[in-house]
Order: sequence, then structure tokens, then C-alpha cells
Amino acid sequence: MTDTLTLDSAEASRAADGATAEPAREASSIEMQGLHKRFGRDTVALAGVDLTIEAGEFFTLLGPSGCGKTTLLRILAGLEEADDGRLSIGGRDVTEVPPHKRSVNTVFQSYALFPHLSVRENLAFGLKMLGIAPREREARVARIAEFIQLGDLVDRRVDQLSGGQRQRIALARALVNEPDVLLLDEPLSALDAGLRSQLQVELLRVQKRLGMTFVFVTHDQDEAMVMSDRIAVLNGGVIQQVGPPREVYEHPANAFVARFMGHANLYPVSARDGDRLTTPLGVLSAEGAGQGELLLIRPETLDLLPGDQPGENRLPATVGERLYRGSHAEYRLEVGESTLQATVNNRGRRLPEVGDRVTVTVAPEDLVTLSE
Amino acid sequence: MSYAGVTPSARSRAMVRESRHLLFTVAPGATWIVIFLVLPSAYLMGVAFMTNGPYGLPEMPLSLASFERLAGFGFLGWSPGNLYTLLRSLWQTLVSTGLVVLVAYPIAYYISTCREKWRPIMLLLVVVPSWTNQVIRTFGWMNLLAPGTPLSGLAEGLGLIPPNMGLYPSNFAVTLGLVYNFLPFMVLPLYAAFEKLDTAQVEAAQDLYASPVRAFWHAVFPQTLPGLLAGIVLVAIPAFGMYVIPELLGGGKGMMLGNLVANQFSGGANWPLGAAGAILMLIATFVGLFAMRRIGKRLGGGEEVVI
Repeated sequence: MTDTLTLDSAEASRAADGATAEPAREASSIEMQGLHKRFGRDTVALAGVDLTIEAGEFFTLLGPSGCGKTTLLRILAGLEEADDGRLSIGGRDVTEVPPHKRSVNTVFQSYALFPHLSVRENLAFGLKMLGIAPREREARVARIAEFIQLGDLVDRRVDQLSGGQRQRIALARALVNEPDVLLLDEPLSALDAGLRSQLQVELLRVQKRLGMTFVFVTHDQDEAMVMSDRIAVLNGGVIQQVGPPREVYEHPANAFVARFMGHANLYPVSARDGDRLTTPLGVLSAEGAGQGELLLIRPETLDLLPGDQPGENRLPATVGERLYRGSHAEYRLEVGESTLQATVNNRGRRLPEVGDRVTVTVAPEDLVTLSE
Repeated sequence: MSYAGVTPSARSRAMVRESRHLLFTVAPGATWIVIFLVLPSAYLMGVAFMTNGPYGLPEMPLSLASFERLAGFGFLGWSPGNLYTLLRSLWQTLVSTGLVVLVAYPIAYYISTCREKWRPIMLLLVVVPSWTNQVIRTFGWMNLLAPGTPLSGLAEGLGLIPPNMGLYPSNFAVTLGLVYNFLPFMVLPLYAAFEKLDTAQVEAAQDLYASPVRAFWHAVFPQTLPGLLAGIVLVAIPAFGMYVIPELLGGGKGMMLGNLVANQFSGGANWPLGAAGAILMLIATFVGLFAMRRIGKRLGGGEEVVI
């Protein structure tokens, strides 16, 4: 799988060099101000979203289902109208512009290909609606087919395509129009893991080559981190944090973001003496950890030493549970009354067993605090 | 099923058992079809090629006389009466089916957009009238359209009909009766198509620069086409052979093929001619079905239209 993957993407970039002599037009920025959306009486989808997406950015809207990320994407597409707030794309106010008059195209989660049309007709649909002449249509469809490496897929019927092939046709059908902004609504969620990572690579390559603004919706934080220039984490229709993947992962703005990014080690700080924080685990010294009332300890920053080795930032613990994952092992440790999760790389040292007494160490600069 | 590795006698015994089972399950249905479909059809075919006897009953020798009669050749030379009846039947079928489509399409769409708990009730409202006897409902229309009724008065006032004529009996009344009668047969399959409409396709069309009208033609209409074609078949075939409605609402000038055939087996009494008319109806129906299949295959795309 990995071999073919690298081969494919190498070939892909070579093909792409020839295919995109003509780049997409200049990318557009997106400006959202105070977007509100409510469904029915009780369901609040968006509760005031202010967000600026830079031109040419790969921007991800990340959050659990029902957080409002898809609603926001649909407002960008024009398929949903905001109750309140303004939206401008490329400096033009499009708040009340219907979807067919926006230079924005969407890759739908279900792909939404037209089953009664051939793949070629699907690809040409947008150009046809724009009134592009047939010859130019054909030329542009051929160019995108080469760029996305569709090969003989364009001559198939939609019902003869596999999931991954449909996904790529849906991508090509949107890209062929060279929109200002491309919206992607969980486009990879229906695919199996191998195909998914292959298409992640392909999507990134496409975005970098075209320099187009991509707005990507997902609930998968790993996918968001791999793909994005910046991530906005949403919950309850409110943006919790906006930032590059590393910032969101290492310095989550609040407990929700921390938990959503997969962190479970959160402990209330009961007292603070300079850099010394008192927590249920014991007293830990931190460096530049901020003034928040919750201490976050990322599992991969912990190290396990055998036996009892007291000292600064060293906590005596008992191994409660171990999940062996080959390259690393995940531990649930009991520190007094509290539990602590640790991820330890398998570097050939003996991995502690369940029931072992161990000492947990953490570097002061790896600790961060955040607010609830 | 595979019988590999079984001794020959066991194998043949298993096959016998299987074909016996097959016989038992198929026999009742097959018997029914043979007695009530195959034999009568064969009899009808035979009758059509026989000679009309003095009392309207079929007699030997075989001849094509009734087909000549049907084509309009009588004792007094050629007359266009039967041809007109055929054309009138085709025209009435075409017009009423077209009107049924125009009326049913918005109804089906509307029902599909209603709240889920209301939909069965609304469908019931569409279907309930057809639970009443067709003859009774048609008599109802006679009362509604007769001279002196509000509807006829309105048509008179608008100058659509001469004074004191009434809307019934007329070809218009027949069309109206057909549309009314067959509406549920179009609404139901269209509703089924609308209910499983993939709205993502409609949104995709809008997203790809299709205006609302074009989004309808390119993303909604093709999805409802299988339901539409099924509805057309369900409406057009019985409408083409309709007897009751033209008989009651059409008067002398509204006769359709069904009435022509029926008359030959009753009052007019010419069984071979009636049989020939029935065969003509069958042929016309098959031609129509074949055409629908072709259209469905051409436009239906992914979804095969099975009629």
C-alpha cells in the first residue's frame, strides 16, 4: 500500500507539472461576521461566528457532529441562509447571493453525482450551466481529468464507479470550474483507511498546486492536523479556537478543545506558588504554563522510569492498564487517587507491566494550563 | 444446487423431488393464468378471424371481414366512423394523461414536503375517492356538469358553451372524468419517487451554477422520471380502453374504442368485430408500452424503468 502510494503521488506531481500550465485564478479570502443560524425554535446551529479565512489557505472546520461546522459550510455555499451576520468572499458581500451565482463549489459528503449523466457530463455540468462553449468545455474537462488522473474513468457510468473513484470525480467536478473557493464536506469520511490517507495526500497536492482556498469540514482531528494550514474548532455553534494544527494541539484554548484533540489528562490547579502548581497528582513545577485553572499533561510528554525514583516533577505510580500498539504502548497509571494516561515509545527498553511500580517524569516546559 | 459426489440414483431422485416441488408451487398460478388469460385470449383471437353470423355470433369460415369492417369498409363503402373513434381514443388518452401529469406532479411534490405524520393522511385523501364505485362517481360528474348547474352556468357566462347546453355530455366531460378518475394512479408512483428524492443532487446542481429552474430540470425531474413513466403506464392503458366514463359523460359524439368493442358484444351484436377491436387495443397498448420502455432506457440513466 505504502509503496504504491508514494509511486502514485510521485507520478501525480509529475503529471501535474504539465497539466497546470494555467493556474487557477487568484485565490479569495473569506470574511464572516456575526453569523447566526437557528433551525426551528430550539436548535441553535451557529451562535455568532466571526472568522477570517486567508486567500489560498487550507482551512479546516473541526468539531463533533452537531457543532455547526456543516451549517457554516452550507452558508458559505449559499445552500443555507444565515439568520444574521455578513459574509463576504474575495471582498464581495455575498450574504444574499444565491448559490448558483457564487464562484464557490462544493465536494459533497455523499458526492451527489448525477446518476443519469455520464462521468464526462457530470464533469462538464458546471461549465455548461456557466454557458461555456462545448469546445472549451471539452478541453477543460480533459485538462482536469489529466490533473486528477482520472484516466478512463471519464468514459464510465456513475454506477460503475467505486467509492474512491466517485470521490475523485466529485472533486474534479468542482475543481473544473476553477472556483474562488472550494468547500469540502467530510469528503473522505465514507472511505476506508488506506484509500483515505492516499486521498488526503492527493487533496493536499491539488490544493498546493492550485493555490486555491479550501475550506474543509471534518470531525476527525488527525485528518484536520495532517491537512490544514489552520483549524477552527467549533462546539455548540461557537468557535472555540482558531490556529495552526500545532498550536491547537499543544496549546488548546479550553478544556473542550483539549478533550476533542484527544487529551484526557486534565487536572484542576488548586493552588499556585509562582511556577509550582498544586494538583491532585501532587505538586508540579511548570515553565510558561500560563494562568489557567486546569493543568494539561499530554500523554506523549511523559516518561516512565522503573521503581521509585523520587525527585522534581517525578510522581510515584502503579501501572493499571497497558495497551500494546507495536510502535508505542498506552498506559493507564494510578497516581494516588488520580489516573494519568501516558504514551511510551517502544524503543527497545523493557516496557513496564501491569502492576509494576514506576516513576512518572515530565519536563516543566511541557506542561500547559488552560481554562474551563 | 450441486449434486457432485452423489450417486446417480440419489441424484436423479433429488432432481425428481425438486421438479415435483416446483410443480406444486407453480401449478395453481399457472392453472389460473391458463384458464382465465391464455384460453380466453386464444378464443378472442380465433373469434376475430371468424365470420359474423346472423345473430352476431361467430361462425365459420375464417375471414378477415371483421378487420375490414374495423378499418371502415362496410356495405355502403368506406366510412371514417371507426377511425374517428380510434383517433378520439388516442387523443383522449394523450390529453387526459398529460393533464393528469400536470395536476399530479405538484400534488405529489407537495405531499412529499409535508410533515411525515401528515403524509399518509394526505395520500389517503387522494386515494379514498377511488374506493367508491366508478359508475357512482361518474354519475356525480353528470350532476355537476349538467345544464343549469353552477359549473355549466359559469362556462356559459364565460361564453365557452352555447346557452342551455351544459358541459355534459361532451368530449370535455370525458377528459375531465378521465383526469379525475386516474389522478391517484399518477400521484402514488410520483410520490414514491419524490419521497426518495436525493436532495444532495439538487444542491449539487445549484452549487454548479444551475438556476432554480435548471436545477429542477437537471436534478429533480430525472429522479422522478421512473415514477412518472410508471404513472403514465398506469393511467394511459386503462384510459385508452375506458368504457364507463365515455359511455356516461360522452354522449353519442364521445365514443371511445372501449365503447365500440363493448357495443359489438351487446346491442350491436357482432362478436368478430368486437374481438378485432379488442386485438387492435392490445396492439396499440403494446406499441405504447414499448415506446415507454425505450424512453425510460434513454432518459432513465442509472435507474432502469421496469414496466
